[in-house]
Amino acid sequence: MSDSRFWLRKYFSIAMFTLCGLSVVIAFIPLILIFYRTIAFGASALDWNFFTKLPTPVGETGGGLANAIVGTLILVGLGCCLSLPVGVMAGIYLSEYGQNWFGNTVRFLTDVLNGVPSIVTGVVAYTLVVLPMKHFSAYAGGVALGILMIPTITRTTEEILKTVPHTLREAALALGIPQWKTSLQIVLRTAIGGVVTGIMLAIARAAGETAPLLFTALNNRFWHTSLGQPIASLTVFIYNYSVSPFEDWIAQAWAGALVLMILILLLSIAVRFATRSSLSER
Amino acid sequence: MMRQWGARTFDCRSFIILMESVQALQEKLDLRQRTSINTGDLLFKNLTRFFAAVILVLVVLMAYEMVQSSGLSWKKFGWSFFITSTWDPVQEQYGALPFIYGTLVSSFLALMIAVPLSLGIAVFLTEMAPRWLEQPVSFFVELLAGIPSIVYGVWGFFVMVPWLRENVEPFVSDKLGWIPLFRGTPYGVGMLAAGMILSIMVLPIIASISRDVIRAVPRAQREAALALGSTRWQSTRIALAYSRSGIIGAIILGLGRAIGETMAVTMVIGNRPTISASLFEPGYTMASVLANEFTEATSDMYISALIEIALTLFIITIIVNSCARLLVWSVTRNSGAARS
Amino acid sequence: MKFSKIMLSMVMVSMMFGNALAQVNLNGAGATFPYVIYSKWFDVYGKQNGVLFNYQSIGSGGGIKQVTEGTVDFGASDAALTETQMQAIKDKQKSDILHIPTVMGAVVLTYNLPEAGKDLRLTPDVLAQIYLGQITNWSDAKIKAVNPEKNLPNKSIIVIHRSDGSGTTNIFTDYLKKISKTWAVNIGMGTSVSWPVGLGGKGNEGVSGLVKQSSGSIGYVELAYAVKNGLPYASLKNKDGNFVEPTFDAVSAAAAGGAKNMPADLRVSLTDADGKDSYPICGFTWLLIYKNGPDKNKAKEIVKFLRWAMTDGQAFAKDLYYAPLPAPVVKLTEKRIDLIETK
Repeated sequence: MSDSRFWLRKYFSIAMFTLCGLSVVIAFIPLILIFYRTIAFGASALDWNFFTKLPTPVGETGGGLANAIVGTLILVGLGCCLSLPVGVMAGIYLSEYGQNWFGNTVRFLTDVLNGVPSIVTGVVAYTLVVLPMKHFSAYAGGVALGILMIPTITRTTEEILKTVPHTLREAALALGIPQWKTSLQIVLRTAIGGVVTGIMLAIARAAGETAPLLFTALNNRFWHTSLGQPIASLTVFIYNYSVSPFEDWIAQAWAGALVLMILILLLSIAVRFATRSSLSER
Repeated sequence: MMRQWGARTFDCRSFIILMESVQALQEKLDLRQRTSINTGDLLFKNLTRFFAAVILVLVVLMAYEMVQSSGLSWKKFGWSFFITSTWDPVQEQYGALPFIYGTLVSSFLALMIAVPLSLGIAVFLTEMAPRWLEQPVSFFVELLAGIPSIVYGVWGFFVMVPWLRENVEPFVSDKLGWIPLFRGTPYGVGMLAAGMILSIMVLPIIASISRDVIRAVPRAQREAALALGSTRWQSTRIALAYSRSGIIGAIILGLGRAIGETMAVTMVIGNRPTISASLFEPGYTMASVLANEFTEATSDMYISALIEIALTLFIITIIVNSCARLLVWSVTRNSGAARS
Repeated sequence: MKFSKIMLSMVMVSMMFGNALAQVNLNGAGATFPYVIYSKWFDVYGKQNGVLFNYQSIGSGGGIKQVTEGTVDFGASDAALTETQMQAIKDKQKSDILHIPTVMGAVVLTYNLPEAGKDLRLTPDVLAQIYLGQITNWSDAKIKAVNPEKNLPNKSIIVIHRSDGSGTTNIFTDYLKKISKTWAVNIGMGTSVSWPVGLGGKGNEGVSGLVKQSSGSIGYVELAYAVKNGLPYASLKNKDGNFVEPTFDAVSAAAAGGAKNMPADLRVSLTDADGKDSYPICGFTWLLIYKNGPDKNKAKEIVKFLRWAMTDGQAFAKDLYYAPLPAPVVKLTEKRIDLIETK
């Protein structure tokens, strides 16, 4: 090969790799900006009032988003009530018995459900829960979030259960333990770490959702009095406050964004920690 | 044996009948013993099958509800719903073209920005980065995926939009304003802002799946290229070509996410149902119009039109995600290495 | 398992909060126009009487829709319901709907243009042409003709309107329809119209937020929103030819004309009113109450609140930049409140 052509190729290679490194830097810029902004603006509005007080009328300071924080926790909890049994059980079915046309269909539909935009889930929850009940409620919000969480929990449960070695199952069956006891107490118990990981991932996703709550749980400036009433949530409050022109509301929106991000960050780190330790055991 | 006896005498026949009935009874007893273990199994299997069926029922129910509720609008407008661009609640004339246009343009703009960057990141993580750098960089890229979309929306609205309006857009319209793509008042909010915020959101998806797919390329391929005297970049190109369908799958998954994204886009797109060549003009996506107008659609036709848009969005995301899954699945199945 | 324990404690916490406030809790939704004063009213009234009104400002269109579906206990709208809408409520909820006016407000044109100062003047023609997209730059001769002493820069006008179904839009387009034939023919009036130009903001909050952020923008909001955010607002030429600022007196002057011919059901428009001091874009804002609602206890509480709003509540209006109802209107309103069935 002629020298010049070699150097051309070599420099081209170096140039392309530099571009790749550059793209990493470019990708980091928004990440750093977002974190910096949220922490800077949010931390200044984060005080004890934020966690304990209710929202105040327009223009009055000293309010907080206590009901929103509790509301988000309750909505996610309701979502878990729907999605945990369905997700874990369906995951068990798919991994233990699901190698047939029915299992394949359910698997495909789970992926379909995963890709459905959250706003469409909200529309469906409105027609299924809000209209018959005749009012907005935490239940409707919980149903919408639950539908969002089901695919994540189902798929991770199935994948994790699949990684449990067959020898474990066969040993249990050989000892005379019935199939259902094997699945439940042996296979599931071995893989429980992975299942919990999946649940935490689903919770992290549901906690950050706004669109499905807009017309299911609506919002509430006070504490809710029952789960059949509208309920406040952090995400909807952030949305309402941030498009408003009032300074104190905007500051609270940033503070809410900070709290939300910290919550989800903690969950993600916990998930990472759990998967790493479970991987290192293998 | 009993039949040989029975053939002999008449008395033996009753004995045979007795033996046969005893045998039948025995078998029945055996069966009962077997089912007592099977009851538990059967119960558990059917219980889990029930919950799996719940998922089936849920998806079917969703589709059914939406088809049912959008019937009114479908009957009135038919196929013209998708090619008319008037969205006029006063006159009750509904056409979804501006929203379809807005969704597609913002998503493709997002891909145009995100794909080169994501591939660069994926190549960096698989080819260039030393082990100690790769883990944290991967983690941070996936962190981008974990930020809730409302936070993206708030940041986009308060930081990115003013930056676009004060700095970027005037500069671009100064130099390149003669191109129809950059014509118009610099609002800040608009198609460009929506495309940019979406690109940040789909970047981690494309990057992490591409990283997994490229990592699954057998080392032999790369080493063969290097042995033939290619530069590192050329061997990387071979790896990229090998994992092409997986990467396309990742891109389509990112597209699926971009199409369905609601909150971040609603806050920066300007919310006007218009079709314009310029990136500076505001627009409207299918997801945004649902978020903005659903709570207040007062007439039945209005609601029906909105639900028809929701149904369209539903069907588009199903098609896009199915194609993506098929591609990614076929690649990882063939390579047999990484899990999908 | 640990997780179920966490869930159990969460459910218990929520029930704890639930039981601590076992009181009447009413849900309402609707207009953003009066939100500034409603949030004050509900806060003060709630502290005095222990009845919580949870009001969500999702726009008049949203209020009308939710009242029709029966998902709220009351609605709020600055757009009076049409006959069709009232019939729909009658069909779905088996009850008539009453319009109870609470305050009056002015729709002002707020702008973000430091060079224009605080007292930009606009005529109906110029305003209509701006919103039709025919005048696109602040330095246009027509604007200069009305503001000869100002030095307006060469900047594009960023028009801002509502993206959601809005009673404020209804009042504004009602006015535009009256003063511009082009607007009346091509666009019309309504809570949600097909805007020729501009960006959409969600709620009065969204429009004022966008105006605050975008240099060179103009938008229409309720007076309280402009003042609370330190945004300037234009004075408009009224029917009699005078440039009027949207003060409390100017709004009352507009209402005086409207109050004379007030129909019994209190649905009336106050735009483009006669009177030399009248501000041309004013409107009532109404609470939409079921005449024969499903829950009589709630109806009782609503009636108590409305009577308070007609008396003590009106005192809050001026400080929050709304105009209290004129005395004859209050009398008519109290007659309507009597119609609400509480048994």
